[in-house]
Amino acid sequence: MLTVETFDTLAQAAGAMTPESRFLGGGTLIMRGVNYGDQSFQRIVRVRDRSLREIRSESGRIVIGAGATMADVMAASETSFLADVARQVGGPAVRNMATIGGNLFAPHPYGDFTTALLALDASVRLSDGSEQPIENFLSARSSMRGLVASVSVSRPMGDEFRFRKVSRVKPKGVSVMSIAVWLPRQGGRISQARIAFGAMGPTPLRAKAAEQALEGVNLDAQGIEQALSVATAGLSPMDDSLASAWYRNEVAPVHLRRVLLGEGNR
Amino acid sequence: MAKTPVRFTLNGSETALFVDGGANLLDTLRRGVGDLSPKYGCGQGTCGTCTVLIDGEPHLSCLTLAETVEGRSIETTGGLSNGADLHPLQRVFMENFGAQCGYCTPGMLMAAKALLAKNPNPSREEVVEAISGNICRCTGYEPIIDAILATAGQMRGRVA
Repeated sequence: MLTVETFDTLAQAAGAMTPESRFLGGGTLIMRGVNYGDQSFQRIVRVRDRSLREIRSESGRIVIGAGATMADVMAASETSFLADVARQVGGPAVRNMATIGGNLFAPHPYGDFTTALLALDASVRLSDGSEQPIENFLSARSSMRGLVASVSVSRPMGDEFRFRKVSRVKPKGVSVMSIAVWLPRQGGRISQARIAFGAMGPTPLRAKAAEQALEGVNLDAQGIEQALSVATAGLSPMDDSLASAWYRNEVAPVHLRRVLLGEGNR
Repeated sequence: MAKTPVRFTLNGSETALFVDGGANLLDTLRRGVGDLSPKYGCGQGTCGTCTVLIDGEPHLSCLTLAETVEGRSIETTGGLSNGADLHPLQRVFMENFGAQCGYCTPGMLMAAKALLAKNPNPSREEVVEAISGNICRCTGYEPIIDAILATAGQMRGRVA
């Protein structure tokens, strides 16, 4: 039998976490485990604090509370640039439940929203007030202690940010992969690009070789050629019922090309 | 093991009961309250047949920890009809053959109800989006989409 412990604040909940505990956000991951008899946890920890759902601007960055749902992100004016990403996470019921904090821990092939946050150089704030780059957070998430309080991102300019979810079932299906790119430009040329792939490894991962190959190039077929040739360097996709690792590696450059050049339909 | 008390309104009726640790809302409604209208399909958020409305918004009851609905308003398909008078959605689903085996129907109806409450004049695309989290393995979806669009038309006509 499971025990559910409810706290008023995130700090109290963080203090109550043990290796046998799971923190309940929207329930789409934890309750699935409960329904399927997951024996790896005996305690569910949750908080009542509604402020965890807040989305606000703070010193030039957008802060999204860990408890904000995909529907909250779609509704908030501050996160309009992420509305299309949130809309692609499940149907309306899932979006009313699934939280940004939970998505940070979603195992393969989930975590599309986190892929977008990774491309936007998000920062993850923990319940103890410490903050870390999302990339560091993701590489250590399986062993982290403490709880996530919020994530923050800078608002990208105009069409600098793009996201595409590749799935076999329309309009909603699980990711074969998701791709998020942030393409800041200086004098028309790409500078400090970010490319993140979801469902192409144990966590969302950056395609750093491709990012470097985009430095200083024009955003056209010729300019991105080198980046496409190294698109999957550093990624480690796995086989699942949707696609084999081989297939994912083969099609990743094709989909990256479409995202970068704005080609093709979803 | 201690049970936790939880109170909510179910289709407008005050409801209170004790739930086990980790009990989901679907089991609570079906076994605890006896409302058998929401169904268990996949248990993992894929199929949508357990969809209920919580404060008017669609949620997956199989993934909702029961004690989190304290003080909230739950609507299920069991509360749609008024005795023998079917809700317009139910009637038009029948007229359009929107159900074959019927297992997905409770979830489809609640997803459609939430849509029409917010958007009385949805486009076909908006209907498809509204039921995108609900799987039907019989109908091919077309009769369901037609039924929701037809219901929207009838309900608008009745109000006008």
